[in-house]
Amino acid sequence: MGERSRPYAHVLRVAGLFLFGFAVFLVVRWALVPADFGRLGFYRAGALDSARAVKVRYAGEATCVDCHEEPAQLRKGQGHERVRCEACHGPLGRHADGDFETDKPRALNPRLFCWPCHAELAGRPALIPQMDPKDHAVGESCIECHKPHRPKAESQ
Amino acid sequence: MDETRRAFLAGAGKYIILTGAASLAWDYVVAGQPAQAPNYTATDHWWGMIIDIDKCIGCGLCVRACKAENDVLNEPGRFRTWVERYQVDPADMDHPTVDSPNGAYDGFPEIDKPGGGVKVFFVPKMCNHCAHSPCVQVCPVGATFESPDGVVLVDKDRCLGCRYCVQACPYGCRYIDPRTHTADKCTLCYHRITKGLTTACCEACPTGARQLVDLKNPNDPVHEFMRTHKVHVLKPQMATGAKVYYNGLDGSVR
Amino acid sequence: MPGIDGFIYPNEVELQWSVLIVLYPFLTGLVAGAFILASLERVFNVAAVKPTYRLALLTALAFLLVAPLPLQMHLGHPERSFEMYLTPHRESAMAMFGFVYLWYLMAVLVLEIWFDYRKDLVLTWRASTGLKKWLYGAFTLWSDDISDAALRVDDRVGRFITIVGIPSAFLLHGYVGFIFGSVKANPWWSTPLMPVVFLFSAIVSGVALVMLLYIALSRLRRVSVDMRCLDTIAKYLLYAFIIDFSLEMLDLIHRIYEADESLRALDFMVKTRLFVSQIVVQIMLGTLVPIVLLGLTQLVRFAERTRRAIYVLAGATTLIGIMAMRWNVVIGGQLFSKSFLGYTTYKMGFATREGLLPAILIMMLPFVILAILLRLLPPWPSGHDVKA
Repeated sequence: MGERSRPYAHVLRVAGLFLFGFAVFLVVRWALVPADFGRLGFYRAGALDSARAVKVRYAGEATCVDCHEEPAQLRKGQGHERVRCEACHGPLGRHADGDFETDKPRALNPRLFCWPCHAELAGRPALIPQMDPKDHAVGESCIECHKPHRPKAESQ
Repeated sequence: MDETRRAFLAGAGKYIILTGAASLAWDYVVAGQPAQAPNYTATDHWWGMIIDIDKCIGCGLCVRACKAENDVLNEPGRFRTWVERYQVDPADMDHPTVDSPNGAYDGFPEIDKPGGGVKVFFVPKMCNHCAHSPCVQVCPVGATFESPDGVVLVDKDRCLGCRYCVQACPYGCRYIDPRTHTADKCTLCYHRITKGLTTACCEACPTGARQLVDLKNPNDPVHEFMRTHKVHVLKPQMATGAKVYYNGLDGSVR
Repeated sequence: MPGIDGFIYPNEVELQWSVLIVLYPFLTGLVAGAFILASLERVFNVAAVKPTYRLALLTALAFLLVAPLPLQMHLGHPERSFEMYLTPHRESAMAMFGFVYLWYLMAVLVLEIWFDYRKDLVLTWRASTGLKKWLYGAFTLWSDDISDAALRVDDRVGRFITIVGIPSAFLLHGYVGFIFGSVKANPWWSTPLMPVVFLFSAIVSGVALVMLLYIALSRLRRVSVDMRCLDTIAKYLLYAFIIDFSLEMLDLIHRIYEADESLRALDFMVKTRLFVSQIVVQIMLGTLVPIVLLGLTQLVRFAERTRRAIYVLAGATTLIGIMAMRWNVVIGGQLFSKSFLGYTTYKMGFATREGLLPAILIMMLPFVILAILLRLLPPWPSGHDVKA
């Protein structure tokens, strides 16, 4: 250091330290920010792929009908036509994939499948037939008169 | 070859071919990588949903289907979609009675039919996939964003779990997943809609009250529907650009 | 469900931001307030408060260093928090605050302290041996120029930093206010007044804290308190309080008058769940009591000892009141449903990650750090007070 160093030399040291810190920050940033960040918007583009890679569990009616044409045909012309298969039979993705043992369509318990939609409930729009569980065929199973794929009873 | 054997062979053959076809279709369906589902171009789509209050029967099948499809915890406070029941006295619209027992996962318990002109109806709720989303705006690190096809998603690998987005959502559709400690919410079943399937909630809805719509598709029935019905979004004064359009939404709905 | 009245959206069953998030604006507020007090002398030449100048700066530093801790303990993934610096979302107030914080810590506070203390650091460096020598050498960046010319440079640079520091301090805590005030989904938070209210309550709390510390430390050091300094601080505290109170009343009156959709929900909440913390603690105990006490000292000439006792009482109630204000904003804003049809309750744990115990420990930590800083960087060198 010279005889008379500049009186602001220490200021330059601080400035140098800050610049060094900033440079370190830039290196860390280059190393750690994923390469696909910002490509499509302010996010990591790979997140879209992660979102699409989630396992599908409901096969969808189209896939069911590929093998099971008959129930689809049966439903035509009556109210259950617009109720998709898995709404009652549950998610059957694995079944459609060929795993016929673990993923079986459930045996349908009317209390679990019929009343949640067809019981009278305040506020329920009248678009589907509704009855009071307390005085409609009490003690009998729904499927004695209503076949699930063709629900209109003989008497109707 | 006699009749029965021919019938058997035909039947077996049909079975094998159909299983093969279904399996192939299913392979396509479960393929997670975009490379295996190459015919989806995000910018060709702009997703939304129509919810028709006049058709909702409050059965709660959508809530169950969503939880089953997306592996959502079945515990309080973790709902990607839920249904609310409103009991509104037209003389006092500012004070509706609202309930949503466990998000309507098990439907709604019976109530006595209220008298005095009180109307009762069901309102399914979900993420509105806002075009000007306040949750996207506040995320400090770009962990939540709107995809090029209009779906608001969460990047679980970047989310800090700061919960600012949960605070910023006016609709209460976000929550923190206690397993990943990150924000979570309805993804509009992105993994399904990008493969030509519909969302789990729409698949399960028995009355067609919920319909996935693609606003960029000129053949989508949504355009005709919006032309012929009076639709509404939730909290329009927040100007969020919500893309879930309700038909028959009462003014008392929050 | 227990603790819930009326209807809340199903996902609102748990509060998102806990008591730790109450601490964070309290801590940063103390920082901003302490710094404003320090700048009164440096920039506005209020010579009377010079004895507290260095103490205020060290207090600000101690609290600023602790401020990120409650945030880290709250995050779901604290190990990812650096992402806010790597990919900051420019539209997010929280992300931008990361830079405001960094700027304020490094470019304002640390530098101002360094330039003000540099001469003493060099002298200590020269006079010590061993590890202490190395430590102080590092503090001075191994530059030992304390000639008049160099000290003049220090003074000019220090002054410049303080001038830049005042709007930076305003920005620091105003920004925290904006983080809440910009959330349109929450009517308890969403108001343009929020940054201003936060800022003035920050000034009030920071000034009160330095005042109390000065009294306490003078006691510990067994030196007499400079009453002229203390009286001046108390005066500025009163002025800041009057502005703060007016702003909060303005917000309240405005809400009540406009009576929009959210008011009935908020009104009910204030009258029930928030009654003790808002009406009793924040407004009566934490605002009216100190304002009346401080106002009295301006109108009536009390003896020195009485004045000191009043200042201690006023300072303590002020800090309690400002803490209550942060609670009422953060927790209060989450007690009502965004449906405006129901309320929930805040269940604060004790020995949990975001419970009362960590909150207490976090509040104690800045005082520990301050004690260390007071040893390393004595504000009042060689045992005598800095005379104005």
